[in-house]
Amino acid sequence: MPLNIEKIRKMFPVLHQEVNGKPLIYFDNAATTQKPQSVLDSLTGYYEHDNSNIHRGAHTLADRATRHYEETREGVKNFINANESAEIIFTKGTTESINLVASSFGRKFITKGDEVIISTLEHHSNIVPWQMLCEEKEAILKVIPINDKGEILLDEFENLLTEKTKIVSIVHVSNALGTINPVKEIIKKAHQIGAKVLLDGAQSTNHLDIDVQDLDCDFLAFSAHKLYGPTGLGILYGKRSLLEIMPPYQGGGEMIKEVTFAKTTYNEIPFKFEAGTPNIADVIAFQKALDFISSLGKSNIKRHEDELLDHANNSFGQINGFVPVGTAAEKVSVISFNINGMHPFDVGVMLDANGIAVRTGHHCTQPLMQRLGLEGTVRASFSVYNTKSEIDQMAVSLAKIAKIKNK
Amino acid sequence: MSSIQDIQDQIIEEFAILGDDKESTIYYIMELGGQLPKFPEEERLEENIIKGCQSKVWLTTREEDDRIQYLADSNTDITKGLISLLIRVLSGRTPQEILKADLDFIDKIGMGNIIGSQRSNGLSAMIKQMKLYALAYQAKQNV
Ligand SMILES: Cc1ncc(COP(=O)(O)O)c(C=O)c1O
Repeated sequence: MPLNIEKIRKMFPVLHQEVNGKPLIYFDNAATTQKPQSVLDSLTGYYEHDNSNIHRGAHTLADRATRHYEETREGVKNFINANESAEIIFTKGTTESINLVASSFGRKFITKGDEVIISTLEHHSNIVPWQMLCEEKEAILKVIPINDKGEILLDEFENLLTEKTKIVSIVHVSNALGTINPVKEIIKKAHQIGAKVLLDGAQSTNHLDIDVQDLDCDFLAFSAHKLYGPTGLGILYGKRSLLEIMPPYQGGGEMIKEVTFAKTTYNEIPFKFEAGTPNIADVIAFQKALDFISSLGKSNIKRHEDELLDHANNSFGQINGFVPVGTAAEKVSVISFNINGMHPFDVGVMLDANGIAVRTGHHCTQPLMQRLGLEGTVRASFSVYNTKSEIDQMAVSLAKIAKIKNK
Repeated sequence: MSSIQDIQDQIIEEFAILGDDKESTIYYIMELGGQLPKFPEEERLEENIIKGCQSKVWLTTREEDDRIQYLADSNTDITKGLISLLIRVLSGRTPQEILKADLDFIDKIGMGNIIGSQRSNGLSAMIKQMKLYALAYQAKQNV
């Protein structure tokens, strides 16, 4: 069923404004998506009617807030088809989810000489926590290389795997290039030698159907704000068998069963990993974002986004001086590029003058940019509320900008 | 030679003609960048890169008759345009004049809105570095 995009656009108040005298065209969705009215209403509604601390008070408001909070956990479980909602941990973002695994799983299971594998495509938040861990533990960080199209080299990955490999932490979809990685293959290969796999799902959960049981990943990290939800909220999925044997990440309230000065016993999962008062309002509002996605249907969203990507490839491709970056066979609706002779920064500022919001720079993937021999790129990333006519307008602006250096 | 204030007033006037249209303002800044004299390649050194700028900026100086000549370059055309404005105001002046200069044209032309906050920080870093050079020359001239 084709989606009614005009109707969808009406649900997003932020889209209806002018920027620098031009109607806003928001193509920075890989950085963060906009939020539908239902999410905004849920945020204010929570503070207006239900605000109270969860899992503690014996009063009606606390009970209501706790119920809604736990309903989102159930909603997330369904969204990624986890086996049970106790496998869903709320964090503050993909970054914290990865840090949680690196410090908790890492502390317990990684020792001197062990190996951690990541890829050239990683976001800094899936590089630095592992570097820190490896430095502390004297473990070895290995990096899967890519080809010039921005695709992981699976054969090379197999060569890197050894009996010393404890965890493979890999981005599902590249934020800088849009490449969809063959994660099912990677997970299968890693499991054959007994390594665990963490998927950085920051950019995949919004575009692809995710079934953690089918993928068989051990961990999945993602952020609500890239899924039409609020900022400051992330999710860590982990298999029960692992979460149970991992030590807590932070200490405090919520995560304990009993505290004496002599010894503390820890709560069950997921609470063991949720120390302190959590981000209650945003968790509750996130359910509305999940409802929004399921009301449209992920496959319908994907179809629309794929059409936008095709359209952009065709129309930008005709611009003199347009150089696409990342041309993997399997991609989501992200188009990274440069204009011959121009710095991506300058292109971004000029697009902004035309009301068009894109991301420019290294996209928190400096090692990837070094591999590609680039300082950075311009990145346009499309979401369900974007239209072909917006892409046409960007093509007109881009052609004008490109002409400065490409006569 | 016109005073620092005269040149700033000229710049304010030029930008006033462009009005509120951000696009033409940016094209204008880039055009100015294109007119920046060529940077001496032997000075394109790590130690001449200004810290605190998002884009790369190289800055060096020459002393001529107790006056400072600034030479600069950047890998982005907009930043080059911004530098060329600073050079137009400050280059060829004595360290004392440079240290005293109140660069009010930047606020008056609304540069913050045109280039955004990140680049504004970069612009401040450039000004700081230019004034540091002036301070160093002043100290040298006073011995
Ligand atoms: C692939 C990828 N991983 C991790 C992150 C970090 O997400 P967050 O900043 O929400 O923690 C991002 C966000 O830009 C991303 O795109």
